[in-house]
Order: sequence, then structure tokens, then C-alpha cells
Amino acid sequence: MTPSPLVPTGGATVRAVNDEFHGDLLEVSMGPHHPSTHGVFRMVVTLDGERITKLKPVLGYLHRNHEKIGESTSYLGSMPYTDRLDYLNAMTNNWAYALAVERLGGLSVPERAEYLRVILAELSRLQNHVCLAGFLLQDTGASGTPLMYAFREREKILDLFEALSGSRMMCNFQRFGGCRTDASPAWLAQVAALVGGFGRFLDEFEELITGNEILMARTQGVGVLKGPAAVAAGITGPMLRAAGVGYDIRKVDGYGLYPRFTFRVPIGAHGDTYDRYMIRILEMRESIGILEQALRDIPAGPIMDPKAKLRGFRPKPGESYGRIEGPKGEIGFYLISDGSANPYRYRVRPPSFVNLTVLEDLCLGHTIADSVVILGSIDIVLGEVDR
Amino acid sequence: MLGSGLLQGLGVTAKNLVGSFHDPKRLTTVEYPEQKTKLPEAYRNFPFLVSESAEDPMGTLRCVACQICEKECPPQCIFIEKSKDKKPDATGKMQIYPAVFLIDSSVCMNCQICVEVCPFDAIKMDHEYEIATTERFNALLLDREALAKPNSYFHEIRPEEAAEVDGRLAAERKAAEEKAKAAALAKASAAAKPAAPPSAVPPKAEPPKPSASA
Amino acid sequence: METPDQICSRILSRLPGAEVSVLQNPGPAAQHSLLVGRQSVLEVAEFLRDDPELRLDYCSNVTGVDWPEKIIVDVSKVSTPDPAGGAPKVTEVKTERVQPGYLEVVYHLYSVSLRHGPVILRTRTAGRDALAAVPSLTPVWRSAEFQEREIFDLFGVVFENHPDLRRILMWDGFKDHPMRRDYVEPEDYEWEPTPHGDLVEKAKKARAQAGGTPG
Repeated sequence: MTPSPLVPTGGATVRAVNDEFHGDLLEVSMGPHHPSTHGVFRMVVTLDGERITKLKPVLGYLHRNHEKIGESTSYLGSMPYTDRLDYLNAMTNNWAYALAVERLGGLSVPERAEYLRVILAELSRLQNHVCLAGFLLQDTGASGTPLMYAFREREKILDLFEALSGSRMMCNFQRFGGCRTDASPAWLAQVAALVGGFGRFLDEFEELITGNEILMARTQGVGVLKGPAAVAAGITGPMLRAAGVGYDIRKVDGYGLYPRFTFRVPIGAHGDTYDRYMIRILEMRESIGILEQALRDIPAGPIMDPKAKLRGFRPKPGESYGRIEGPKGEIGFYLISDGSANPYRYRVRPPSFVNLTVLEDLCLGHTIADSVVILGSIDIVLGEVDR
Repeated sequence: MLGSGLLQGLGVTAKNLVGSFHDPKRLTTVEYPEQKTKLPEAYRNFPFLVSESAEDPMGTLRCVACQICEKECPPQCIFIEKSKDKKPDATGKMQIYPAVFLIDSSVCMNCQICVEVCPFDAIKMDHEYEIATTERFNALLLDREALAKPNSYFHEIRPEEAAEVDGRLAAERKAAEEKAKAAALAKASAAAKPAAPPSAVPPKAEPPKPSASA
Repeated sequence: METPDQICSRILSRLPGAEVSVLQNPGPAAQHSLLVGRQSVLEVAEFLRDDPELRLDYCSNVTGVDWPEKIIVDVSKVSTPDPAGGAPKVTEVKTERVQPGYLEVVYHLYSVSLRHGPVILRTRTAGRDALAAVPSLTPVWRSAEFQEREIFDLFGVVFENHPDLRRILMWDGFKDHPMRRDYVEPEDYEWEPTPHGDLVEKAKKARAQAGGTPG
């Protein structure tokens, strides 16, 4: 087998690779302009008939050197840029960054702001997972309907984000030592109304999808990932829990006020694509429970640490790593301060970039149509993968 | 039974289809651009400069060209040149003003940091979102004439925030006026003192009030 | 969980030849790290992963840090006795020394089975150019695979024994390493009228040509 170096042609590259054993192998370049790849992502797939024998992900089409920008911007100035990492979950990105900076600067967060953060993070988880369920079904060939049902619900959550932060997706809401604006009682009542109706929507969505024979045939037993392999490869988030490992940073680190809330961590038994879908549905149900508790208990009070300064924030020299359980997995920020207004080193630990490590393992032996479903179940966002 | 899942799913879509004819709440879309949804007050899109009056926007800009927003803007899309002369600002103090104020809206990312750092409430986020142009460079580089919008417009789009800002500015203006009056009186009394003969009754000028500094 | 000092002393008792020390973090986060010499980093990593009390089976974050060459000025006071018998004269002597630059690779390790962490492992290259190499820890933690490729790409650290060391985010023909502190951006941007720095003049010219107010 002597493959010549693949020349990117901009479109699909298909060429034969000769192999004495299997006859002709085909090398297919899927993406970067392909709707199934969830953005500008390319997979160079070697096919034996319809089976995948090799898969190499090609990244970097959306690379803008986010970390370099972070090092030439002030601490505050990086906050709106974190919205654009995983652009579906600006709220959790903001929180992870704020957490790292608060550790770096030794700031504390008032109780009401912590509650607001939990509410926003769980709303963010709801809209990410509902979105993913829609996309995953779109990838299996269920064009339109489930995705539109999912987006209808997501839109309601985005409207809430807009009413609070001013923007549907680029929220830029958290600040070091608190939140930017306070939530009015009317806003909290709207959240409560949404949370009250979300369980019903999930029931309807599951009625539409979960028992569907086509979905089961397309996802059960496809892309099986076992627990030890997942831990070694650094997989986090719903994907790790679908592989049967009960590791949730909300429980392990207990950041924010999560130790105050009672919720369960759903764990999968098979580690296949269907499990990854179901884990997200179950996590949404747990998130509803967290939101109900948070809305019940949120106290009145300030939302900013009085020590915190908006401008001219210069933490003492040192470093910190802050991580939270984002909807896609562990999102972490590693910062080194040299005492100046800009971080010396600004690093993002992107969950979906690391989760891509196992893409080839999951796809080997499956058909090319399955690779699309497997990629969909990993839940990548290229803004975060490429940075 | 094979196919029961499919039938169940089709039942859900049928219920939603029929339901949308009976219950307008189930229709979740609007016919843009004929219909538009109401924007929440907090909605933000490109910044604008607040001027006190609609008739003379350039003369009554609240901006004093302090250049804080220019420094803090994360994508560096603001460019300000200070004026050489001074004119009275919103609180009546003599201030410099921006001779040039440019925002490159092709670079701006609507993050609102300029608004948060502005100590003069001079720059605010707009509700305008239909901003497409056919010209790529100059039409997207907005100068201060294009950016200035009157305070009445600010009241229209964000009534709560505008009322709060106006109240604060009025209090500041009042405090500044009292301070100026007190300073003038003190000056007058100080000028009167050495002129008065030593045996005469001391001037009846009021002692300067402790100024309520803003 | 054990403190970094305890871990360090246990490593030294198990692997007597290893170069390990604890690097203090002066900030409020107080996340201290283990600084390991590159000759012993592989065995230390295996120890950390397999030790029953640590079981750091999950490598969360791998990143590089560039520390360029730095000139450090040492100030020392030298007192010379006065020959006339008065007070000794004190002069300040400044000596400059060059601290050679290096690249640092930082690993944040957690334990999924024992639910603790982080233990921060750092190792340094000998230099920034031809000597920028450290052993890859991908054989120990597979999660380092993409992240080490990224560090190779953006910082130019060569990971020995990495299974697939290629550029990952930049394209294959790219020459430089953009995350280094001394990286200079190429002058190949599309022109935009962002009125900052050198672009002010260009913006003014464009405004004048368009007949608008001079910006």
C-alpha cells in the first residue's frame, strides 16, 4: 500500500489506493464543506468498499489563534472572545474563564451571582443537548422535523439569554467576581415557566424519537467506546458517562454551589451512539431538577464582589487552572500572570478537541454513513476545536 | 411491533400540525420582514453615541474623548482624536470633545465593553439590526455623524436604563452647579475681604457650603 | 490527596535518579507543580499513573509555555574600606547574566478512579531552537496525542516517540510557530480600514478618496 500524499483540492478528493490484499481502497476526503461535519472539519477516510479502514481528522480551518489573541488582550477583553469558542454555550465558557481568573486573582463570588451562574449554565446545558439531539437525528437522516422541534425549544432559552445579557449567543455575561447584570423577578418567572414546560417537551420529543426503529438501527452498537479507553484518551462530558464512567466535574470538584444541589449523574451501559443520545436526554431531565432547586433557593443580594474592579485588573504573578463541566465536557482555562494587565499565558482546554482523539477508533469497521452519526454524537463545535 | 415507534412519531407530528391551526401559541415562527418580534430592552447591537439634543447632535455629544473605550475595546475597533478646544458637556463643565470618533463596524463584535467602561454614559448599545450595506469598506466605517443619536432615541429603545442615566446625570449636574455657585461665592468673599477696611463690619457673605462632590 | 511535596519525596524514594522538584505558585490559586527533568519525565509519568495512591489516569490539559531568553540584572553591594580610615565606601555593582530561553510543557493530571487532582507536571526543553525536544507522554496518556501535536505546531516543541507528530491547526507548509513570544505576523493581511496604528494613514486616504470627512 503506497498512498501518495493527498493534495487538498478544495472539494472532495477521491482516489484509489492499491492494496494487494483487499483490492482497491478508496481514499475519500469528507469536508471541510460538508453539512454533516458540523462546521469546517475534514475527515480523510480510507474505505474498503463501504467500510472504514482508516480515518484521519484534519482540523484548523477555523483556526484564529485564540490563545495568542488572549495574550495580547486584557483579562476583561478576553471575556467576549470566550463566547466564540463553543458558540453554542457562551454562558459556560464565560463561567470557566471567570472561574480561572477568580482563582488567579483570589476573588470571591456573591451567593446570588453563583445561583445565577448555575441557572445560566443549566439552561445552557439544556439548549446544547436539545440542539445536539436535533443535529444527531439530522445526521441519521431524519431531515428537519426533530431538529425543528429541538430548535423551537432552544429558541425559548436563547430569548431568555437575550433578555438578560443582550445577545442570544454571544452573551459576554460573567465578570470576575460576579455577573454583569442582575436578573429581574420577571426574568426568573419566565425561566420558571420554561423549566416547568420543558419536561413536557422532552416527553413529546422522546415519544417522537426514542422508540424509533430507524434511530435504534442506526445508532445501537455503532461507535462503541469502552470506559478505560475513554479515560485514557481524556474523553469528558456526556461521552465519558455514556461509556460507563461516572465522572462529572460538578460532583467531583464541587465548583460554584453545585454541592448544594441534589442531582444524579446518568451513566450509560454500552457506550454506543444510542447511549450517548440517551445520556443527553437524561442529563436534561437532571438539569430541570437543578434549575427548579436554584429558582426556589436563589437569594437576594449583590451580584458582584466589591473587591473586583472592571478596569485595570492586574492579578499577582502566579498561575491557575479552572475547569467546569461544560455541556460538551471539561472546559478549562489555564492562565499564567506575570503581574501585568494581560495574561502571560492564556490556554483553553477545549473539550470537543480532545474528544475527537477517539474518532478514528470509533469509526473503524463501520460504514461511511455511520461515521457521520458517530461524529454527530461526539458533539463537536469547530469554533472550539480550532480556536 | 415493528414500526410502532414510527407510527408513534408520526402521531406526534400530526398532533402538532393540526394543533397549530387551532392554537396560535403553537405557531412559533413569524413572517419576517413583514412581522417583527419585540426586542427585549437589554438587546444590544452596534454602539451609538448619545447626544443631548436631536437638533445639534455634534454640539451636544456626551463624549468627552477620554479614550477609555478605545483602550478597552477588545478588537480595537474604536478610533478617537481629541479636539483642541473645549465646550460645555452634559454636566456643564468645560470639556474637550471628540474631533474624530470612528467605529469600524466590520470589526466590532457588539460585546458592550465600551458601554460598561464609559464613565460619562456617552456610548450605548443600539437596537438597530438591519445594517447590511452594499459597500464593504467605507460604509462600514462609521464616523461620529453616523454614530450620534439623540437621548430621546435612547429613551425610546431602553426606557428604564435611560431614565436611570438621566436621573444620575441630573443629580451630577445639580451638584456641579451648587459647587460652582459656592466656589463663585467663596471667590467673591475672598475678593471682598482685603478691599474692606479693617474697622468695618465683616462682609455678610455666606460661608462656602461644603460641596457635594459627585 | 497528597501535597506536591509529599508526591515529590515519594517519587524520589521510588526513582532515586529522577530529577524532580516542586515549583511553588506564588498566586492565590496555590496550585504548585512538579518540575521534572526531561530525562526522567517518562518514568515519573508512569509512576504517577500507576501508583495505587495517586492513580492519575486522566491527563486533562497539556499546554506549552514559551520563556524566551531573559537578561537578568543582579545588583550586589560591594564595600571598599576607605584608605584614610573613614567609613567604608559602598558601591553598587550591576552584573548582567543571560538566562537562556526554554519551552515548557505543562500537564494537568487528575484521577478519575480516585476523584482527585490536579497534579501539575512540568518539563522543560534545553533550548528554544534545535534543542526544543522533550519525550512524548502520549504512550502514557493518550489524551496528550492531539494536544502535543498542537504544542508542536504552535510552539515548536518536538515530542520524541509521538506516534503521529504533524501540524494540526496550521497547514502543512507553514513555517513558523505562532504561539512563540517572538513570532512576527506576516504582512499579508487583506487591507481593512481599521483606523489603528499604521492603518490610520491608509484609513485617512480612503476617506478622502471616498469624499467623506477626513478620518
